[in-house]
Amino acid sequence: MTARTYGLQLLIILFASIFTENILLARFLGMCSFLSVSRQVKTAFGLGLAVVFVMTCTVALDWLAFQYVLKPFAILYMRYIIFIIIIAAFVQFIEMAIERYSPVLYQNLGIFLPLITVNCAILGASLFMVIREYDFGEGIVFGLGSGIGWMLAILAMAGIREKLNNAHIPKGLQGPGITLILAGLMALAFIGFTGVLAGK
Amino acid sequence: MPGQKNIKNVVLDSLWRDNPIFRQILGICSALAVTNLVLNTMVMGTAVIFTTALSSLTVSLLRRWTPRVVRMMIETLIIAFYVILFDQTLKAYWPDMSRNLGPYVGLIITNCIIMGRAEAFANSNKPGLSFIDGLFSGLGYALVLIAVAMIRELFGMGALLGTPMPFFSSSLWDRWIIMVMPPGAFFTLAIIVWIFRSLRFSKSEQTKEAEK
Repeated sequence: MTARTYGLQLLIILFASIFTENILLARFLGMCSFLSVSRQVKTAFGLGLAVVFVMTCTVALDWLAFQYVLKPFAILYMRYIIFIIIIAAFVQFIEMAIERYSPVLYQNLGIFLPLITVNCAILGASLFMVIREYDFGEGIVFGLGSGIGWMLAILAMAGIREKLNNAHIPKGLQGPGITLILAGLMALAFIGFTGVLAGK
Repeated sequence: MPGQKNIKNVVLDSLWRDNPIFRQILGICSALAVTNLVLNTMVMGTAVIFTTALSSLTVSLLRRWTPRVVRMMIETLIIAFYVILFDQTLKAYWPDMSRNLGPYVGLIITNCIIMGRAEAFANSNKPGLSFIDGLFSGLGYALVLIAVAMIRELFGMGALLGTPMPFFSSSLWDRWIIMVMPPGAFFTLAIIVWIFRSLRFSKSEQTKEAEK
């Protein structure tokens, strides 16, 4: 494979993971924090940034663990446990590092980090990376794209929900109900991007 | 609160009053994606029931010997153990289904319901009761997802469990392709949640619930 086609492939993976195969809207991962932390744009932005960063790094770390530990020892079935331990340890480490070196950043981002350990999108991205047999570069791009896609979705949702504060919504539909319907509409919009890849 | 709960209350709570999906919209991440076919959803539901019931039982059995500081980690490992068990069994005896479900069986580990039941109930209750609580929480969750899957498959493909249905597979019915695509899952679940919450609100005017 030449460098040019490889670059094109990375671009396609990036585009697909942000738009057409959005990890939240098309794969339904990370719904819990999506529903509960999407009330304000500011907090959604903080959580989104943290997800982008953690997802990119953990996909890379999990790729290394998969290639150099799980495969040689033929213990593929252990990947769930190994991945979770890596994610939890990484988040913990980052939390300590940020607290030590950048108290300002810690105040803004710190509260979101523990939430991320239980975010299924993070583990999901690593599992997709294994199933689709990405190489290291593809894996990183996929992790980055999925993170950006997730952030985009939660930012858009928070923006809409801030406007919704003044709207009259039937009682039973308030909260999660209306959020799910909005997510459905957003998923429809994101499906519209499919044509871009097909027409290439 | 713990200690006074009897089996009937636990069952009713987990199936209806406190149904994890209606009440808290928890844990749909790992399962909504497979609700485009009823069969997939049933297998996924079985996996969730299996894991919640047995991990609740195990957490409860070990609750006296688990140091509180590391209990989240231990709970995660217990859950992961049962998920791996199910995943490997499925891979060995039903490889096609295992491929269909993709990473979603593994993602049960991060399903908030299971951890939630372990934390909220199994940690402070007897093993037998915890098992029942886990079993019916899983069942309540699975039933909602199967309802979503039935609506999606029926409207989207005109079939149930792969068998064409009388009216929906005929030319009278224009298949709603959108139902088997991701947006369909969001819309269907939203409507089910809407109906359920309206029923609840008309029964008891708990307005603070709406904040959630």
